[in-house]
Amino acid sequence: MAVSSLAGIDEAALVAQAREGDTTAFSELVRRYEGKIFRLAQHVTQNREDAEDVLQETFMKAYEHLDQFKGDSKFYTWIVRIAVNQALMKLRRRKTDKSVSLDETIDTGEDMVVREIAAWGEDPEQQLSREELGGILDSAIQSLEPLYRSVFVLRDIDELSTEETAEALGLSVPAVKSRLLRARLQLREKLTRFFKRKGDDAFAYM
Amino acid sequence: MLTCKDFLTELSDYLDEAIDAELRSKLERHITECPNCWVIADTTRKTIQIYKGMEPYPIPADVESRLMKALEKKMAAKQK
Repeated sequence: MAVSSLAGIDEAALVAQAREGDTTAFSELVRRYEGKIFRLAQHVTQNREDAEDVLQETFMKAYEHLDQFKGDSKFYTWIVRIAVNQALMKLRRRKTDKSVSLDETIDTGEDMVVREIAAWGEDPEQQLSREELGGILDSAIQSLEPLYRSVFVLRDIDELSTEETAEALGLSVPAVKSRLLRARLQLREKLTRFFKRKGDDAFAYM
Repeated sequence: MLTCKDFLTELSDYLDEAIDAELRSKLERHITECPNCWVIADTTRKTIQIYKGMEPYPIPADVESRLMKALEKKMAAKQK
């Protein structure tokens, strides 16, 4: 693909051009977001092959339904929503016995657990190589429920706002907030095992 | 008085600085008095920071080239 003079053009203009049938403009939009969509798809599906399918399906659908994009949200939020739906469909197909839905009611409060309370050292991540750290961070995310994972990736890695995340996932703002809190607490718990200060242990302060 | 459970419920908004000044000062008072909640707030903040600092890995070249091929095919079909 030609990396082009379009690189500096603002998103709304590109979308408008793409809607007029300008394929170069659409390709530029793909180039801007393919990396993020692929990462999101990998986080949600936990599988490279599925993630690649999701990536392709997302941009194919976006291209097909570009006329349905009203421009009242960001283009990225719109394609994230397509990507998350595609990714969840993959998960459902994999676990045929167990449905995965973003709308599930899960706020029992029971998963808002804090088991380990131990202070971390200063800049604990500096103690590890980039590969080691990446491995720990990825496997911690992988252990989250898909619902929590999607919210966490969009809010804290992609840095979408709460409202944008709600829109992308088709959730209410309070649902995004409660899932984000649980995701953060669960990740904190998992990372504590690696990052707690030597000599500190659970309930050291109690 | 704020309980630890109240504090945890507000933790995300506290870390995102999405709360009003009055609640904020209550939460801050709580963590000066409750070492456990202080540790939870501090380690949760660090958790978020570490993930935010994660460098995105670029999309693999083979994945991108297959995506572009599929799209080109689709675009060509639509324009016919």
